[in-house]
Amino acid sequence: MTDLLRLEAVTAGYGYGAAAIENVALSLPRGSSLAVLGRNGVGKTSLLATIMGLTQMASGKITFDGGEIGGIDTYERARLGLGYVPQEREIFPSLTVEENLSVARVDRGKWNIESVFELFPRLAERRQNFGNHLSGGEQQMLAVGRALVSNPALLILDEPFEGLAPVIVDQLVEALKRIRKESDMTFILVEHHVDLALSLTVQALILDRGQVVWNGKSNDLAGNKSVLSSLVGIS
Amino acid sequence: MAVLKVTPSKDTPKRDIAASFGSHRLGLSDALVWALAIFAYFFLGAYHQLGTQVIIMIILALSLDLAIGYSGIESLGHAVFFGIGAYAAALFALNVLSEPLTGLVVGGLAAGAFGFVTGLLVLRVRGLTQVILTIAIGAVVLQVATTWKSVTGGDDGLAGYQVAPILGRYSFDLYGHTAYLYSLCVLAFVFALARILVNSPFGYVLRGIRDNDQRMRMLGVPVAARLLLIYSISAAIAGVAGAISAQVTGLVATDSLSFLLSGNVLIMLLIGGMGRLTGAFIGGIIFVIFSDRAAAIDPFNWLFMLGGLLILAVRFTPQGVGPWIDRMGGYLLDRRRKP
Repeated sequence: MTDLLRLEAVTAGYGYGAAAIENVALSLPRGSSLAVLGRNGVGKTSLLATIMGLTQMASGKITFDGGEIGGIDTYERARLGLGYVPQEREIFPSLTVEENLSVARVDRGKWNIESVFELFPRLAERRQNFGNHLSGGEQQMLAVGRALVSNPALLILDEPFEGLAPVIVDQLVEALKRIRKESDMTFILVEHHVDLALSLTVQALILDRGQVVWNGKSNDLAGNKSVLSSLVGIS
Repeated sequence: MAVLKVTPSKDTPKRDIAASFGSHRLGLSDALVWALAIFAYFFLGAYHQLGTQVIIMIILALSLDLAIGYSGIESLGHAVFFGIGAYAAALFALNVLSEPLTGLVVGGLAAGAFGFVTGLLVLRVRGLTQVILTIAIGAVVLQVATTWKSVTGGDDGLAGYQVAPILGRYSFDLYGHTAYLYSLCVLAFVFALARILVNSPFGYVLRGIRDNDQRMRMLGVPVAARLLLIYSISAAIAGVAGAISAQVTGLVATDSLSFLLSGNVLIMLLIGGMGRLTGAFIGGIIFVIFSDRAAAIDPFNWLFMLGGLLILAVRFTPQGVGPWIDRMGGYLLDRRRKP
């Protein structure tokens, strides 16, 4: 299987000062999925931000779908097929649900506004509501839906379940499983719910102080309590 | 597990013009200001010229609303586009062709082109730096217009050009009847264009950029290119307003490029409400008529009254008068509906 995303010895950060991630290497085959784990502040979000071109890369190489993307702008990366759901959701408050989706839509795959509404019926009911009139769970559904309508080859999710009620988390987990099953979409998931993240992904890596300290199969990690305990803090 | 059934797209990528121009978010204030603008013609009496000035200012405020209200581009130098449109239309009438509609296009194109060029610089920065840049560009152009007397007439202004009858039939009369209707027609066209624009997917993108430009980049939107486009369109519309001004008054003075005019048009938007198009109507009407009446009552201290109006407007209607009218209208309708 060919790699959709490949990072080789990537060091990046925010302006001057210490690097947020250091010498990171990873390869993600097309159709696969990756959980990025680690304690707070170890560089998980910075890794995603680097893939999206939101940090300053000091060294290394990022390849997406066979092409080098390290030097191109964020919007061009998105156009190439990188879909990003940020931790803060960042729904546009002055746009309705439907308008939030329409600004992101790219007609190059099976996902469109109606199929997102099928995936999240709650959004369909709220289609004329403004972004700032949605609950946290609805905003997260919209954030995921907005990434989907761009029909990305790689979907990047940064803590999508954070701060949500268990019933909403269940709905989102179900939706992610359906997305994988129906779209064969590759995705990267940063998540504090370790069990959940490992159950949704094939590969996993653990970051510590900006460096990859463990890399392997999610199943293997799920059964390795000592690694989880020492590197992620799960007892 | 249920299999997701994906149906063919029934969504809105191909929003047609009717959908964009439809009743999307029309409020009571929309209907009110249009009714006022149309019927005012019959009741203005000797005030058609003042009415024309109101309409010109509304067009200018509309153009600024597209930049500030919808796109988050902060500008205190928008008069520069108004002035360039005015000078371009006047010079065109003087040296090339006196036909007014062509002159409008020339004024709009000249200002739009200048907006494009300056936008490359202005849109690289945000916030206070952007505001200062727009002021600086306005100051430079004003200085050029003042010193380049052979072309602009300098402080004396540019005059002596003739404007032919509109469509070869309707001459500009002394009382300003033709000018009023002419500018009202242009306003209707500009308003329709702006309404289509802001209710189109492009308009959604602009509002998204205003809300969070970084997020818009992550969705694959070339933010810089979109902002440059709307800035150029906004400049072109301001240029059209300037061209009308030049055509109906027969004079272009350097104050058409001034910082004062830029500030005034921003005040109009603050009074009327930003990001709603009709705010330009409400603000333009209130500002020009209030200024005219205040100057008539006290020619020396009228700016004091204008300042008072702005303070009251900001204190009691911080989002502008437009949303307040909508709320009042909604309240009255609710009361009528109750048994």
